[in-house]
Amino acid sequence: MSLYDRLRRNKMIKTDILIIGAGPTGLFTVFEAGLLKLKCHLIDALPQPGGQCSELYPKKPIYDIPAYPEILAGDLTEKLLEQCKQFEPGFTLGERAETLEKQEDGTFIVTTNKGTKHHAPVVAIAGGLGSFEPRKPLIHNIADYEDKGVEYMIKEPEMYRGKNVVIAGGGDSALDWSIFLSDIADRVTLVHRRNEFRGHLDSVEKVQELKNLGKVNLITPAEITAINGDGRVETVEVTKKGEEPYLLETDHFIPLFGLSPKLGPIGDWGLEIEKNAIKVNNSLDYQTNIPGVFAIGDVNTYPGKLKLILCGFHEATLMCQAAYQIINPGKRYVLKYTTVAGVDGFDGTRKEAPKAVVKAFD
Amino acid sequence: MEQDIKIIIIDREGVKHEVEAPTDMAMNLMEVVRSYELAPEGTIGVCGGMAMCASCQCYVLSNTELPEMQDDEEAMLSEAFYVKDNSRLGCQIQMTPEMDGLTVELAPES
Repeated sequence: MSLYDRLRRNKMIKTDILIIGAGPTGLFTVFEAGLLKLKCHLIDALPQPGGQCSELYPKKPIYDIPAYPEILAGDLTEKLLEQCKQFEPGFTLGERAETLEKQEDGTFIVTTNKGTKHHAPVVAIAGGLGSFEPRKPLIHNIADYEDKGVEYMIKEPEMYRGKNVVIAGGGDSALDWSIFLSDIADRVTLVHRRNEFRGHLDSVEKVQELKNLGKVNLITPAEITAINGDGRVETVEVTKKGEEPYLLETDHFIPLFGLSPKLGPIGDWGLEIEKNAIKVNNSLDYQTNIPGVFAIGDVNTYPGKLKLILCGFHEATLMCQAAYQIINPGKRYVLKYTTVAGVDGFDGTRKEAPKAVVKAFD
Repeated sequence: MEQDIKIIIIDREGVKHEVEAPTDMAMNLMEVVRSYELAPEGTIGVCGGMAMCASCQCYVLSNTELPEMQDDEEAMLSEAFYVKDNSRLGCQIQMTPEMDGLTVELAPES
């Protein structure tokens, strides 16, 4: 069977540069690669592009992006998406890159935790601090109940229809899901360690309203301290500050304590790791110890490394030149300035500097 | 360097470090820990110091008078794990001359 047939049968996603991580560095790579007529596909564990900028601090300003005296992290993501749009990047979102397999011909197959396969001659890891994993509360047997009533993320709200649900946490996701599930579940209980919530004011007010209507059962300041059940969650232990713990019957326990980044499976790919980051050759092209695999942005390390978005942009640009050489061995290329050459999108659009009009005097 | 202060940091392995910290570089405790590499990169200061991740949580062991806790620090600690009464976020403690003698223990990674 030819490679093409195998790809078609497995519905493999094929691209020139496979970028792992859709944060600012990954998104800017799409633009720089596009100038070299290289196509990109991005994988990200988060459901939306932008990485930390979208997930952690979309409303916070950044002051050290060249030419932007101030830009909100969320707006920076928007601008980067707009800048690379004409190069039509592909996205595999909400999936974590799990394995990297080098093929006999030197290309790579990267498979996600959901089994989506990607095939590319060049892999650029722009993974930041790693993939965002839910923070799990310290309940000794919680792992035994994962997917048996304990869920750290709500993927299919319908599965809670008519059920008893206990949500723990004090941020926006705990509030928003309590509001949302109050219409679906039979009973929603929200447990938080404090009386105050850290969320948008309207979400807090809405939960207060639902509490008054008896649609959300609010228990504060309290914690879930144990999970019980025979093979599935049946009860959770609620400990209210200064009171005796008691059991609460429930079908689901959903702890929503935010996400924390972990290097994760990338750490097992045979890459040289130092200080939780991937060692690269910074005198040349940010290639790792595996030829054809590059690491750019916050995820890499080298002498003098600074974890700054602007450094990621620079690293991405140099990396693309090296990728071009791998994909087009021996093919000539010289750096062009966008002002001179314009930008030809893969979607058929063209951006170019307006031509100066020469008009003779009468 | 007369503006330097001495602080004591007990790392996550229980090892005690007496270190000097400048007071004129707008550094906070989390950054001091990182500058001396007392916790592996990627396990402390994950959010960069916005009181949004609690990876720099520490237990304050000295009687040093600390800056009052702001709302975001209090909210973050209310969602963090291994929290004790003397928990603070290192990123919210600025290195000022008043911090001389501060003794802290880093909370476990979570």
